[in-house]
Order: sequence, then structure tokens, then C-alpha cells
Amino acid sequence: MAPRKSSRELFSNWRSGSTIRNLLQAISRETSTLNRTLRIMEVCGTHTMTLHRSGLKPLLREAKVVMVSGPGCPVCITPDCFHEAIIDLVTSRKNILVATFGDMTRVPTARGSLQTTVPLPGSEIRIVYSPEEALELARKNPEKEVIFFGAGFETTIPAIAFTVKRAAAENLKNFSLLAALWLIPPALEAILQSGEVAIDGFIYPGHVSVIIGTRAYRFVAEKFKTPGAIAGFEPADVLLGILSVARQVREGRPEVANQYRRVVQAEGNPRALALMDEMLEPYEADWRGLGRIKNSGLRLKPRWQELDAVRKFNLRIQPGKPLKLGCRCGEVLKGLVEPVDCPLFGRSCDPDHPRGPCMVSYEGACLIAYKYSSGARNK
Amino acid sequence: MKQVSLEMGSGGRLMQDFIRDKLLPVFKNRYLQILHDSALLPNGLALTTDSYTVDPIFFPGGDIGTLCVNGTVNDLVVSGARPEYLSLALIIEEGLEMATLEKILASIKRTASRNRVSIVTGDTKVVPRGQADKIYINTAGVGHLVGHPRPEKIKPGDKILVTGPIGEHGLAILLARNNFRMSSRVRSDCGPLLFLLPLWKQGALWMRDITRGGLATVLSELADKINHPLLAEEENIPLSRALKGAVEILGIDPLYLACEGRALLVVKESEARRVLNVLKKSSGGQQAAIIGEVQDKVGRKGEALLRTSSGGLRLLEPLTSELLPRIC
Repeated sequence: MAPRKSSRELFSNWRSGSTIRNLLQAISRETSTLNRTLRIMEVCGTHTMTLHRSGLKPLLREAKVVMVSGPGCPVCITPDCFHEAIIDLVTSRKNILVATFGDMTRVPTARGSLQTTVPLPGSEIRIVYSPEEALELARKNPEKEVIFFGAGFETTIPAIAFTVKRAAAENLKNFSLLAALWLIPPALEAILQSGEVAIDGFIYPGHVSVIIGTRAYRFVAEKFKTPGAIAGFEPADVLLGILSVARQVREGRPEVANQYRRVVQAEGNPRALALMDEMLEPYEADWRGLGRIKNSGLRLKPRWQELDAVRKFNLRIQPGKPLKLGCRCGEVLKGLVEPVDCPLFGRSCDPDHPRGPCMVSYEGACLIAYKYSSGARNK
Repeated sequence: MKQVSLEMGSGGRLMQDFIRDKLLPVFKNRYLQILHDSALLPNGLALTTDSYTVDPIFFPGGDIGTLCVNGTVNDLVVSGARPEYLSLALIIEEGLEMATLEKILASIKRTASRNRVSIVTGDTKVVPRGQADKIYINTAGVGHLVGHPRPEKIKPGDKILVTGPIGEHGLAILLARNNFRMSSRVRSDCGPLLFLLPLWKQGALWMRDITRGGLATVLSELADKINHPLLAEEENIPLSRALKGAVEILGIDPLYLACEGRALLVVKESEARRVLNVLKKSSGGQQAAIIGEVQDKVGRKGEALLRTSSGGLRLLEPLTSELLPRIC
């Protein structure tokens, strides 16, 4: 065990102006050797947040690095049909209690959002902070059917799987899961295969990597010859990742660098991976913006089907055509356009009146750009 | 919007929209339209009112009783008035323990005498169980002006001060609800701002108590009012150690957490140091700090910017969606 540090020590060094200046200079040296601007995709929404919240994006542009946001926000990439299935259910059946994360309730769909829906008497939609809370709701409300509408990547999937396992062990008959669970590596492969986005490398999500380890990204370096680095979430963490990618580009030596060694190990978290494997199976899932991707979604294995809300309530999860005219969330999620390129951004779409999911979630590229960038908006 | 949403009362932009679009056109008059913390009436009289619905009613550092006096007193102080008289209206849910009510009344009495105000009129209503949550309180306050906010006088170089560490009330409430099963030493900063009154005569141009929406929202609203951008330095914003640790764990931006006993001041450049020293000697302001200044070089008109500890610039937006309902 490392000696205990105060919270101040833990963070201040990763944010200090002098560290950041040094890292930016080092990045600048790499790009000036290359003599061109690098385009790097930060896959994870929390990285997008770090870049904007610390004001690093303009400084990186000066160092000749353009950061492109990727599909790493589960709220944003979950297609409307999940929400619509839930809305149909609570407006047609009594005594349904849907528990979900706060951001999920604000996603606008053709049938409104979970927040604006008026459920039938006895039914309701409740915001929870953890899957464990949803389980507690099921224990406390035996007369109701409690559905946990869980969206997440590998970071949150083990906790959700664990909750389902607990429900099974406790024989909680009134608990079920609507799984909007997504896997990062297949999405990266889809982006690379589509060839639409010209990028020089990836900043891999830090906490997804805690679970899946470094090996999961090897195909990016080996098959697609594309550099990448796992990074943490402090400003200096992200810059270390960017520096590593810039070096890999200059040396023509793509690899999976681990710049978040304080929590990420090569093999990931074997216990969490085993739990995921025990409870869930991959299927060909639809992502908003990216479309249908092989083995990119997880659903409960048939053995646990009594706890699967889709089977239990015969939900129809069929993505329809997007109805929001002009909304470019799909292209934002692919990194094809910046939020400001969308004709709705800052005009008819803002955090109070979101038209697309990227303006809803705290990890959404549009919300983040709207909130933190000076002069990004058309007031 | 067909139904009232929680966000409409959050102190953020949706509430501003509601006041501007739905309230003002109906009640428009010259006192209301200024939309200050208090109405400034003839003969130097200031009037303000506030309702308190905090959940839970007791929290580390205070309770709904201390809150309902300090909140109204502070609204008068930042408007330039010395608070004198308060009204007290109680809306009580049937079944509330009498001992709880007495404890709240004792808090009100203690806080009122500390603020040198008298409760001079009131009202009591009891509603059936379930039609209110334990107790809601409304207070109104009057006082006479001793100073005048002069936002039109604010110019580049003027300094922005805060009276102490920010965000502790919002965080204390958040943790008291125990949704996160996390404990902390953070206590609400709920307290009086009476010590600011003399500063109106010593170079203060503008004051605002930092409540819902936090420091970022106050700065952003100030930037909207004046002709110059504002620049705050993240490194200079006072945050308590306990709060720093907790917001990291929870992933909350402390700039959007509410206070109930902190204010933001804009002070003439030439007087800033002196005002800071006065603040540091007063009981509520030992940890006061100059956190930024009015700009003419960085940013555009209407923008409040933050220079982050990493050296980047970030825009401070008013709070848009509800961080947490019923914190006051």
C-alpha cells in the first residue's frame, strides 16, 4: 500500500499550472517535429469534461492538438426506443416503479422524456444514485414491480450485474433490469472500420479500463495501427495520455500505453469480468449515431430471464427513425462534427430545452461545450 | 412547459425565465422590475420575503429556524439595508412533534436576537398529514437603507471578494440526506452577514449573498448586469479541506453549491485591500479572499470566466438544471 496522502496532495499535483505548462510544452515539441496538427479522440465523456472544465481545449489547439469527442456517454448513445418502451409501460400499467439515473430522465424522445411523462396511478419514475438503491426499492415495495433502467459501460456494468445476482439470491420476484449496457472495444472497432473519422489516436477511458485492462484495446494498435493511451481524469492525466499518443505517432510505433497506472492493470479486474461473464451475454446492439454493432451490447443470459424486464414485460426495443430534425447528436458521437457545428446548438437546443441527448447528460459533448466554452455559443 | 417542474424553483435560469416571462408582466411596477434581493421603497425602506422548505429541517450547522432568519436578514444586508423587523409565517404538517417545533422556535429566537431584529407579526397554519413535509416557514423583513448598490459604477480593475469558504451549506444538506451514505465534517455555513453593513460606506459597489446556484451563478448574473467581463482565479477561491475531499468523491462542482452565510462583493480597486482586512477581522469573514477582478482584457461583455488552476480559461454558466431541490 502506498502511504496515505491527504486529498489535497492527491489532486493538486495533477492540476497545478506548472505541471500543465510543462506537459503542454512537451506535447508541442512532438507536434512541431511532426509539423502537423494531431486529431485525437477522447472516447470517454468524463475526459471531455476534464478538458473543458480545466480550460485545456484552447491551450491544446495552440500545441497543435485537436481533441474530438467520442461515443463515451451511455446516456447519449442509448437509443430512444429504450425510453419509449419505459414510457409506454408506465402509462399503460399500474404499480410499475422505474428506477434510473437522473440524466436518463431528461432524454427527449418522440413520446416526451421520462421526466415529462405522467405515469398511471400507482406507477412512478424514481431517480436513484446506485443500482443498490433500486434493489432497496424492490424490497420496500413488494406490491410494485420495480424495474431498474440501467445504462452504462464496463465501469458500471459489474455493479449492475451484481445487483441482479443479489435479487436472484434473495428471490426478489418484483425486481427486473432493463439493460442498456454497452461495450467500448466493439464501438472503437466500428469507428475505425467505418473510416469516416480521421483520427491519429485514442485516449482510452480510464475507469472502463480498470475493469477491462489494457489488453482489450490491443487490436487497435495491431490491426488498425492506431496509437492509444489509457488516461485518468485529472488535467495532467489527460495530457500524459495525449503526450503518449503524440510520441507513438512520431515514432510510428502504435501501442496501448497505460498512463493511469495508479488504478489500471493489464488484466483489468478479473472478478468483475467473471461476474459480467456469469450474468450477461453480448448481442448485436444499436447505438445512437453509430448504428448496429456486433457484440457491442450486453443483456442478461437466458438463465436470468425472470429478471430481464424486456422478457418479463414483453418490451419492444426497436430503434425507429430519429425524429429530431436538424439534431446532429449522431455525428457528434462519431466525432464527425463539433457541437458548435450543429444548427440547433445554442439556438433551439440548450441545457434547459435539450433537443438531443448530448445536451442532456453531464458527460454529453454538447452540454459540456455549452457550459464551459467561452464564445462557443450564439447568444 | 405544461406543468411546473422542480427546476423552475432552482434559482437557475429556468427560474429567471419564469420570473421574467410569467411574473413580471402580471405584476409590473417600478419597485418589482428592478428584481433586486429586496424592494427599495420610498423613504429609504427595504422589504424582502423568502420561504423556507429545507429538507431535512435539522442539518449540521443549522436548522430551518436559523435559516429562515439569516436568509431574510442577509437579503436586506446585500441590498444595503439594516434589518429591523421580521414577520414569521409557519405552515406545519399535522403530527409534527411539539418538541421539534419548540426547538425550531428557540433557534428562531436565538438567531433573531443575534441579528438584532424583532419578530413583530406572524401566522400559523396546520395542514393535514401529507400535504406538507413537516414544516415550511415564510419570513418577510424590513429595514432602512444605509448604503446603495451601484453596479453602474463598476469598472475594470475593481476587485471581486468572497466572505469565506463556499459551498458548505449545499454540501451539508446533500450529505445530511444520506443518499450517498457518506459522512463528512462539512457543516452548513448558515449565518448572518450583518458585518457587511459598514462596508457600504467603505468602497463596496455591489453585494449578493451566494445562495442557490452557488458562486458561479452569482458571478454569471453579475456579468450580465455590467458592461465588462469578470475573471475569477480558481486558486484564490476559498474551499474548506473537508469540502474539497467530499466534492472530489462525489464529482460535484463546488462552484455550483449553495451557501447561506457567504456573500460576493465588488469593491473599488483602491479600497479592496482595506476592505479585505476589515472582513478578516470580523467574525464572519476571517477566511475572506479577493478571488478576481473586473476585466477589460480577457473575455467578452457578459461573460464570467474562471482561470483554472491548470491555467486554462473556462466560462461560468448560471446553474441550469436542479442540483438539489429544497436546500433552503
